[in-house]
Amino acid sequence: MIKRYAGLIIMILLISAGAGLMFFGDEAREGSENISDQEALYEDMPQDGKDYIVVGFSQIGAESDWRNASTESFRSVFTTENGYYLLYEDAQQKQENQLKAVRNFILQEVDYIVLDPIVETGWDTVLQEAKDANIPVILVDRQLEADSDLYTCWVGSDFKEEGRLAGKWLEDYLKRQERAKEKIRIVTLQGTPRSSAQLGRTEGFQEVLSSHKNWKMLDCQSGEFTQAKGQEVMEGFLQKYKDIDVVISENDNMTFGAVEAIETAGKTCGPKGDIIIISFDAVRTALQYMQEGRIHADFECNPMLGPFVSNIIRRLEAGEEVEKVEYVKEQYFDSSMNLSRILGERKY
Amino acid sequence: MSQNKTAVSGSFRDKVRNLSDTNLLLTITIVAFFLMYIGAVLFQGEGFLKPQSFFNILNSQAALIVLACGLTLVMINGSIDISVGGVTALVSMCCAVYLDFHGGNLVVSLLIALGIGLAFGIFQGFLVAYLDIQPFIVTLAGMFFARGMTTIVNTKPFNVAHEGFNELKMTRVKIPGLGSTNRIGVYVDAYVEIGVVVALLIVIALFCVLRWTKLGRSFYAVGGNKQSALMLGINVKRTKFIAHLMCGLLAGIGGYIYFLHVGSGSATHAVGAEMDAIASSIIGGTMLTGGVGNIVGTLFGVMSLGTIQNIVASAGLDEAWWIGITRAAMLCLFLVIQSLVVVRKKKSKG
Repeated sequence: MIKRYAGLIIMILLISAGAGLMFFGDEAREGSENISDQEALYEDMPQDGKDYIVVGFSQIGAESDWRNASTESFRSVFTTENGYYLLYEDAQQKQENQLKAVRNFILQEVDYIVLDPIVETGWDTVLQEAKDANIPVILVDRQLEADSDLYTCWVGSDFKEEGRLAGKWLEDYLKRQERAKEKIRIVTLQGTPRSSAQLGRTEGFQEVLSSHKNWKMLDCQSGEFTQAKGQEVMEGFLQKYKDIDVVISENDNMTFGAVEAIETAGKTCGPKGDIIIISFDAVRTALQYMQEGRIHADFECNPMLGPFVSNIIRRLEAGEEVEKVEYVKEQYFDSSMNLSRILGERKY
Repeated sequence: MSQNKTAVSGSFRDKVRNLSDTNLLLTITIVAFFLMYIGAVLFQGEGFLKPQSFFNILNSQAALIVLACGLTLVMINGSIDISVGGVTALVSMCCAVYLDFHGGNLVVSLLIALGIGLAFGIFQGFLVAYLDIQPFIVTLAGMFFARGMTTIVNTKPFNVAHEGFNELKMTRVKIPGLGSTNRIGVYVDAYVEIGVVVALLIVIALFCVLRWTKLGRSFYAVGGNKQSALMLGINVKRTKFIAHLMCGLLAGIGGYIYFLHVGSGSATHAVGAEMDAIASSIIGGTMLTGGVGNIVGTLFGVMSLGTIQNIVASAGLDEAWWIGITRAAMLCLFLVIQSLVVVRKKKSKG
């Protein structure tokens, strides 16, 4: 008899085991007081009795060198040697993945959530859920629109200032080149639409642009912060506009694509060429391009946010108050500087 | 002595041998899902044991469940539909634009979604069934058309600000008794989104259609052997047309559920969703060649794909490409199992 229904019996056993685990596991766990909460919750964590600070980090993706440098800085700081246990989730450029990741962190009862929001809106519910679970949320890099009591603090770059600095640099450069009265035609390769990096840099530059009547913004298009798209869009610009004086590229990866497109079209860029290129991020490869004379100026966007966030977490653990907005220090580079020395010191 | 033999003949091996293809594949899928879920619990720790983790997977996969059901119907017929992802994006964008820029009514937005899905279903169904064009080509064109239209409707992605919509989006269907206490000791109820309820109702409805109606049986017949079905008196063209029509309608519904989940319109929504839907159906026991398939299996296929991410991430492989690799491996495994099943059937008949 049993043999006939063996298959069915095994199925029923499996299903009831699964159901039992799910529904009654929670109550069973509350009964066992010997296992510390941390050990039970994270199977992978080293079981040596030390109390680790569990940090859940929802990163946007791995679309650019800058992003990878940022991720690396987090991974190298939030190690078990430093007393942290890092849960890392890559959202592959989708907001829904980030929402899923944060919800996961809340369920796993992490101590801190670190979030780099891919877009500015749509986060209210999940931030409220984190607040209800009493998990502090630290925002990094990009900004989002939400009540300031829904997150603990934001660490990142002053994008608008970067844009403004770029504008002022261009102003100075044109004066030195004695082109200050000329009609200047500018195109912009923008980043991911609606990201705070794109909005800040565009707005900052726009502020300086609007005070110059002889500067004209021919076109702004999104290169999605990637090299391939940057090249595509630049090719489009070169075909559409016969005379471009300045290219503002809102990150280095798009700049590499733009330089490709310009050189393929037979034009030249850089201090000895026709087109002025201004870039943002200032990664190593871009500074090498600058050494080769292909781009003019690069405005740093510091991706090494790991140490800053770790510092903030330590202060929060000690019970201190932190500022809502913490800007990281940044500088800029142009072809007039001692680039070989700078490259030697550059970590990314 | 002979009486003993007949009593033992209903042994486990015979039971397996006599299971129809569909049921055998379904059993394998369900067992695989439970093994994976148990694996996820082991890897990720007790945080994953909370019923809310399971419901979170349901929440994020609800739209895919509906899309995959549509794909299953079409695949049982021996056809295919790769436009469902594009239709989802188009539905999301159109409804988002309607709600935010034309001051919309929620009911009308739902009708828009259904209308778009139905339109695609009817058009593609007509081309495949009555004009006899290859379904892959037709639906490929449909996919490009849908993606293109999405960008024409609105180039930039944006989050919907419509109040009524956001209320609907945040609505939680609470499930009593399965909640858990969070860090600070507050009891939080387990919940699912509305989309999940709709998806599960659709699964039940389609299960009944496939198993107990004449239409359902004709799907299997047409997919299994078109000639035999024709000779049986089944209107093959009409059956195929209805399959594509239903798939299109389900793409519209799935698109609206997706829209409810993400709350925004974007040209990059649901990219690759049609492939996920096909993969889920295959894992669920639907064969690419047609004639075999099961809605319940598809449901488990979707859940399996959803659970993989959790296992892979907590096993320390948290780079994005690992998830793709594991999904591909799972899919290959199931394709191999499918071919073995077919070989087994041929051997036992021959």
